[in-house]
Amino acid sequence: MELSATELHAQLTSGKVTSVEVTRAFLDRIAAHDGAVHAFLRVDRDAALARAAEIDQRRAGGAKLGRLAGLPVAVKDVLCTQGEPTTCGSKILEHFRPPYDATVIERLKAADAVLIGRTNMDEFAMGGSTENSAYGATGNPWDVTRIPGGSSGGAAACIAASMAPLSIGTDTGGSIRQPAGLCGVTGLKPTYGRVSRYGLVAFASSLDQIGPLARTAEDAALLLEVIAGHDAKDSTSVDRPVPDYHASARQPLKGLTLGLVREHFGAGLESEVEQAVREAVRVYESLGAKVKEISLPHGKYAVAAYYVIAPSEASSNLARYDAAHYGYRTPEEPMIARLEKEHAALEKAGNEKALANHDNALVRMYRQSRAEGFGAEVKRRIMLGTYALSAGYYDAYYLKALKVRRLIRRDYDEAFQQVDLIVGPVTTSPAFKIGEKVDDPLAMYLVDLYTVSANLAGIGGIAFPCGFSASGLPIGLQLQGPAFEEERLLRGAAMFQQATDWHTRRPHLR
Amino acid sequence: MSLTRADVEKVSLLGRLLLSPEELDTMTTQLSQVVDYMNLLAELDTDGVEPMAHAVEMSNVFRADEVTPSLDRKAALANAPHHDDECYLVPAVLGE
Repeated sequence: MELSATELHAQLTSGKVTSVEVTRAFLDRIAAHDGAVHAFLRVDRDAALARAAEIDQRRAGGAKLGRLAGLPVAVKDVLCTQGEPTTCGSKILEHFRPPYDATVIERLKAADAVLIGRTNMDEFAMGGSTENSAYGATGNPWDVTRIPGGSSGGAAACIAASMAPLSIGTDTGGSIRQPAGLCGVTGLKPTYGRVSRYGLVAFASSLDQIGPLARTAEDAALLLEVIAGHDAKDSTSVDRPVPDYHASARQPLKGLTLGLVREHFGAGLESEVEQAVREAVRVYESLGAKVKEISLPHGKYAVAAYYVIAPSEASSNLARYDAAHYGYRTPEEPMIARLEKEHAALEKAGNEKALANHDNALVRMYRQSRAEGFGAEVKRRIMLGTYALSAGYYDAYYLKALKVRRLIRRDYDEAFQQVDLIVGPVTTSPAFKIGEKVDDPLAMYLVDLYTVSANLAGIGGIAFPCGFSASGLPIGLQLQGPAFEEERLLRGAAMFQQATDWHTRRPHLR
Repeated sequence: MSLTRADVEKVSLLGRLLLSPEELDTMTTQLSQVVDYMNLLAELDTDGVEPMAHAVEMSNVFRADEVTPSLDRKAALANAPHHDDECYLVPAVLGE
């Protein structure tokens, strides 16, 4: 249980342990501790053990096995898996069983991974705390009264709590890196287009990207290698060769120049986070890296641009939940009865205008089903996006935000002329208390301050632990790199992890 | 308040959401705060800047025009809340 995925893989390959033993150990850990953490929405113990046994048998028979043979992998409940419930943390998809596998699921199966369970998440991946799940919040394994970050909170918490060696998350505005930082694990958001999004339930299509969470950069490299690569089913996936990420991960980067962003160290950054980040930069310097101060002048507009673009795309993507094709529908009889009652009352009052605007049965079915099926945050974003795209506001908000997005990308392009990687904090503070920001959407949105720019620009980023707060909570470090330089990110993170031991610390779960 | 309750009500119809009076009130306050924050974008001069809709600039991603297997009707209907084995069923749209 204390081994990394890479070490476990070596033991499986050499026959020291069987997949059934490994899988059972993680399942037992989930059974013992997930009551308190709630990282998982569903675990099918028998199916996982049967799959492990099948892989053991094939191994014993000398069959050629896939890259992850026998290793358990947890998957965020946002990737379609044929015949298995895929809820996205939403009530609207409570009974949804996809008729096909997402490409990432297909690749995990082909690599002989053991899919150990589905992890909890903010509904439709909208949120920074995993409090927006219709199935209850996840706790941070370091202190279960605190949030694990979001929206891949379950995906990060299960790694921190040693309930899975590897897991898959998605990152639209920081949803892999932010929970990785807050839970003290390693999470990589790949370049947009590096991993196929086919079968990923869409939130904001131009920003969403699937990526690995693990204990170490080396482990993340192993998982990325399996899921990355071109897919004809996703026309935004990029046709480029997939490097041998795992083989190169442990090679340090010689002559590395790191960029420290001036604007990252302004007001709002808690001093213990700043200290940990500056100490991490000194570690890099001791490893021979040069550090240069740079500026990303449009970074201060990133959150505003993001909260125009992401909800706009979401309002369009979530239009598919029409209560007709799939998903929850409100019971029809009481709905029709209520509608008729409203109609009669308007007629009696002689309110012609209201009568003309009154919902017909179909529109009311849409509106009522969606209102009952979606949670508060999803409704807020649909409303925001609908507003930003509506006539009269499109130019002022949506188009404007797309132009600012270009400026943010240009900042990065210029920065990467001078430095190899950008180093900085993941979040302004360690994990906050569950419930602390639920009534203040704007405060919650600002949690993604350091991560959203990478999604707008489409570049990659990695987060991993670089220290702890006085109260014992993990503090994360973020590296950002040019498009398609995942290898550089992974090597940069691994190089830090060879020199430090923050990533080896585990919470004590009672 | 940059948004009025009437604006929010209109948007809730466009977005196909039925909001309760309490939700309309909360939404008016919260959306106004967020929209005010978004107005930060207005201070930037973006004249002549090409909008960036996608992170990877790609165009004309073609595939061969070949018929391939797709979902059969049974699978497509399997998740529908209401169907008659042939069609999706919804409340009557036209008249009674």
